[in-house]
Amino acid sequence: MAGAEEPAVACRGLRYRFGETLAVDGVDMTVRAGEIFGLLGPNGAGKTTTIRAIITLLPVPLGVITVFGRDVAKRQMAVRRMIGYVPQQLSADGSLTGVENVSLFARLFDVPRQVRGQQVSAALELMGLSDVSQRLAGTYSGGMIRRLELAQALVSSPRLLILDEPTIGLDPVARAGVWERIVAVREQTGMTVLVTTHYMDEAEQTCDRVALMHRGTIRALGTPAELIAGLAGQSGQLASELSLDDVFRAYSGADSIQDEEPQGGIASVRATRRTARRVG
Amino acid sequence: MSELPAAPLVAWADVDRALGLRRLIARVYALCLVEVQKLRHDRTELVMRAIQPSLWLVIFGTTFSRLRSIPTSGVAYLDFLAPGVLAQATVFVSIFYGIQVIWERDAGVLAKLMVTPTPRAALVTGKAFAAGVRGLTQALVVYVLAEILGVRLSLNPLRLLGVVAVVLLAAAFFCCLSVTVAGLVLSRDRMMGIGQAITMPLFFASNALYPIDIMPAWLRVVAHINPMSYQVEALRGLLLGTPARLPLDFAVLAGATAVAIATASAFLARLGR
Repeated sequence: MAGAEEPAVACRGLRYRFGETLAVDGVDMTVRAGEIFGLLGPNGAGKTTTIRAIITLLPVPLGVITVFGRDVAKRQMAVRRMIGYVPQQLSADGSLTGVENVSLFARLFDVPRQVRGQQVSAALELMGLSDVSQRLAGTYSGGMIRRLELAQALVSSPRLLILDEPTIGLDPVARAGVWERIVAVREQTGMTVLVTTHYMDEAEQTCDRVALMHRGTIRALGTPAELIAGLAGQSGQLASELSLDDVFRAYSGADSIQDEEPQGGIASVRATRRTARRVG
Repeated sequence: MSELPAAPLVAWADVDRALGLRRLIARVYALCLVEVQKLRHDRTELVMRAIQPSLWLVIFGTTFSRLRSIPTSGVAYLDFLAPGVLAQATVFVSIFYGIQVIWERDAGVLAKLMVTPTPRAALVTGKAFAAGVRGLTQALVVYVLAEILGVRLSLNPLRLLGVVAVVLLAAAFFCCLSVTVAGLVLSRDRMMGIGQAITMPLFFASNALYPIDIMPAWLRVVAHINPMSYQVEALRGLLLGTPARLPLDFAVLAGATAVAIATASAFLARLGR
């Protein structure tokens, strides 16, 4: 059994190639147990590929990624049992009620029958959805669907919650509601949270540490304050005048239109717009 | 924000559990239950899907009954046709499951399911038997309609149990075939085209509308390797009492389903990437 001090996620030299495209090029990263870790970067930086490798959807060689000490190449089932995953797209089933959506994942994660109902109710209550749990998810607002997906991910009490762009397409109030609950769950359970986002203000406010990815590699890693201080040191500006947005621009070169990533192409844009359209 | 519950969620995730047969069956049950829940919430699909088999029975069946040109070994043509239409109704529902899987892939649902501690084969089996659940509802509609049209189908509980098994196996096979094709084409539009292209040939190259004996030699070969022919033969045997090789029919359907589940499981990983 893995020890308590073990990192939640450890990546060593992760590389992944889709055909001719090298999506991830030697990522080294450690997510500490109990922290909220942000993986930031422009479209096509390799964030989602990294996430998909961690959650066992992509084949990786032995010894490259461990989750709480378990090698994802060798112990896939044990790793999956420890993970709660919310994808970028709105993935709750609109033709099922809230409680049915969450119950499905309770069953698939083997939550024992004696406590399944209680666990499903707790997850829905945690996300503020108890009152609407008998309604079809298709009638929920975008923010409510996101919270329902969080309830689905949390019903098995994962040790590691992985969120891929959890607030994309949401209005500011809904975004705040989602983050409020993520932070509350972390405080209540000590769960580790690994999140990708484009919103630097969210990352600055909620993440303990962040990694900035660009062209498949990690360009900077540290607390938001450390990264801002580092940029201030390099640029000669005052740290109080800088934000994580500036750090993002400095490392990703996103000032330049020519620097836009080819990997964040039409499929990625289409998926993002589809999600934004669905949340209204 | 609502109050958080006093007690934290219990950490089941820390427990390493072996995936025994009981757990695998529980997962298949969970995926089938979702299908039942969806049908309960929206019954319009049942009505819509009942239209085509109804047309086959009411228009094609009653008209061809008058022609008396198809040799059916003494069985009235409408009686001969009813099990064929029942088979067609279940196959046509299952063959489009690949489109649903591609939709689930695009919506992130498939990735979420694949990140649960569920082996690929169990996910595919769950989907396959969920298709069977839909197939059974279609079979029930055709059964009732055939009764209304005066076709005397068996009500023997054991035979009906056999019908349920045949429908489940055939739906599972065609669902897995569809998931396999979905894993190859990875696009809803292409899958829709392929689905439409293979459904009618499957139907016509089987014994659903006419006996295999009257087919040209080359088509007879196709009919003998088409699992739908074994499905129809078993259904006719069980529902009408016509001669059938039930052990062979069940063996072919079970064997084909097992191979299809294995193949679709391999392609599911491709869909998940």
